[in-house]
Amino acid sequence: MKNIWTIAKREYDNYFSSPLAYVVALAIFLPIGIYFCIIMFATSQQALYGGSSAPEATPITWLFIFLLIFLSPALTMRLLSDEARMGTLELLLTSPVRDFELIAGKWLGAFMFVLLLAAFTLIFPVIMNNYVSPSLDWKLIIAAYLGIILVSGALLALGVGISAIFSNQFAAFFVTLGLFFFLWFMVSLPASYLPTGGEVLNYLSLSTHFSQSINNGTINLGDVVYYLSLTALGLFVGTTAIEIRRWR
Amino acid sequence: MIKVSGLTKDYGARRAINNLNFDAHQGEIVGFLGPNGAGKTTTMRILTGYMPPTDGEAIVAGYNVVEESLEARKRVGYLPETVPLYTEMVVADYLKYMGDLRGVPNVEDRVDEVLGMVGLGDRANGYIGNLSKGMRQRVGLAQALLHKPEVLILDEPTIGLDPGQVVEVRELIREIGKERTVLLSTHLLNEAQNICDRVLIINKGKIVAEDTTENLQARLLGAERVIIRVRGEADEELAKAIKLIKGVRDVELKNDGAVEFEFASGKDLRPEVAKQIIKSGYDLLELRPLGMSLEEIFLELTSNEAKKK
Ligand SMILES: Nc1ncnc2c1ncn2[C@@H]1O[C@H](COP(=O)(O)OP(=O)(O)OP(=O)(O)O)[C@@H](O)[C@H]1O
Ligand SMILES: [Mg+2]
Repeated sequence: MKNIWTIAKREYDNYFSSPLAYVVALAIFLPIGIYFCIIMFATSQQALYGGSSAPEATPITWLFIFLLIFLSPALTMRLLSDEARMGTLELLLTSPVRDFELIAGKWLGAFMFVLLLAAFTLIFPVIMNNYVSPSLDWKLIIAAYLGIILVSGALLALGVGISAIFSNQFAAFFVTLGLFFFLWFMVSLPASYLPTGGEVLNYLSLSTHFSQSINNGTINLGDVVYYLSLTALGLFVGTTAIEIRRWR
Repeated sequence: MIKVSGLTKDYGARRAINNLNFDAHQGEIVGFLGPNGAGKTTTMRILTGYMPPTDGEAIVAGYNVVEESLEARKRVGYLPETVPLYTEMVVADYLKYMGDLRGVPNVEDRVDEVLGMVGLGDRANGYIGNLSKGMRQRVGLAQALLHKPEVLILDEPTIGLDPGQVVEVRELIREIGKERTVLLSTHLLNEAQNICDRVLIINKGKIVAEDTTENLQARLLGAERVIIRVRGEADEELAKAIKLIKGVRDVELKNDGAVEFEFASGKDLRPEVAKQIIKSGYDLLELRPLGMSLEEIFLELTSNEAKKK
């Protein structure tokens, strides 16, 4: 367990010396900031003309996850592929570290970094709250942030798993991006055209588990299980990929 | 302690090492000598728990490298051939990281200590990416020493070092080898001769010879060859005079004015030869056993192996 923390901490620290991580952070905060201003402006305009709807924070959490679909592959792509390419994996795999600890540590490092980014976005609901009386629905916001924790954990685990398969970080990036794109947009598309099995496709879709439930304040067990399973799957794929690498 | 029996590794259809058997004891430095592609790195990767063998067994520091891999890995220090390092990290941070992964107590003090051992104390706060190749080699060595491993496996430890550093690193390895088990690979025969107590010569995945450096020479020699120099140029006269001595054979007059001859080992004829030279009226300047260099032994062994096939 201590090994997981040691590895996680190095990866986390590493993001702060990586230009790419700053680009990712910027690419998340900039659209969210703009979106936030638009929401604030629009609701203030509505209020001027006698509208009564209060601004909500959930579009911001939704946008965070939406952006993570595109950007998190950049955070996970090099986690293991680069170690394989540079040969540093040889020293990790000959250290007394279990393969799972290595994968879990890499994942945790990325997870902590994304949670830090998510924590920064809390500033938007807090500002918003000043303009809303009596106050924002904080239960809704807590649910949405729990959603962020669950979804980003799952995305990053899948990304780490894929990074362990490839020795080329760009291969890892595009495969991860493709998978996320598929899980978010595509998998449930044919559901409405199918006579049967549509529920299965819907169940597999990332977006249905987020946009329509947890981001709207409903936490149900099915969603939590879905995210935790994806996380476990990602970590399992990563661990297996490392084991296969040894046996090759 | 290292004990290897029947170790075999296939990469797909290619057999990289074939039924290796050897051991190395505590306090012993064993050299692993062989040409490119002989299987040195492959063997070392198995011993360090990087990958499992296709067949056979390896015990390192009392633990099976496959079944008790973690325990074995705790007790092994490894310097890989390519010395992979995180170039974007600071030297001391990198060593602390590796030390933490190996559960080194008081890791910061130990990092200072090890950096001192490899002579990099003044670069502790520099980036690894800014170090020269030789310095990186020594960071790799420092990393292998961090946890005071019982067994040290070094894949070509002096490659890329300048002559001064080579001497220092060899000295360090010799020092470490007094209490621990060291297995090092090299192409350099004089290196093996220089620091190893015992040499394993490996070619095409098989051990072709295993012995102490001295014995290996003697075994291959079977006879001792001696070179003689006299004041001025040696001539046919002298060669003839030496030929007269019983037991001397293969007398050869060299172009550079020296004479070489051989006698069966164990029957040292040097005193007789010296007397004969003086008696014949020459001034003897040099009389020196040639001894086969490890180079020659190596070529001989590996070409014998090739001939058998
Ligand atoms: N990952 C690999 N996949 C396939 N074949 C490999 C792999 N690594 C090594 N080999 C093959 O195994 C054989 C032994 O290689 P190895 O690297 O162990 O040799 P070596 O003695 O270390 O050589 P060198 O002195 O050049 O370092 C070679 O024929 C090599 O091509
Ligand atoms: Mg090698």
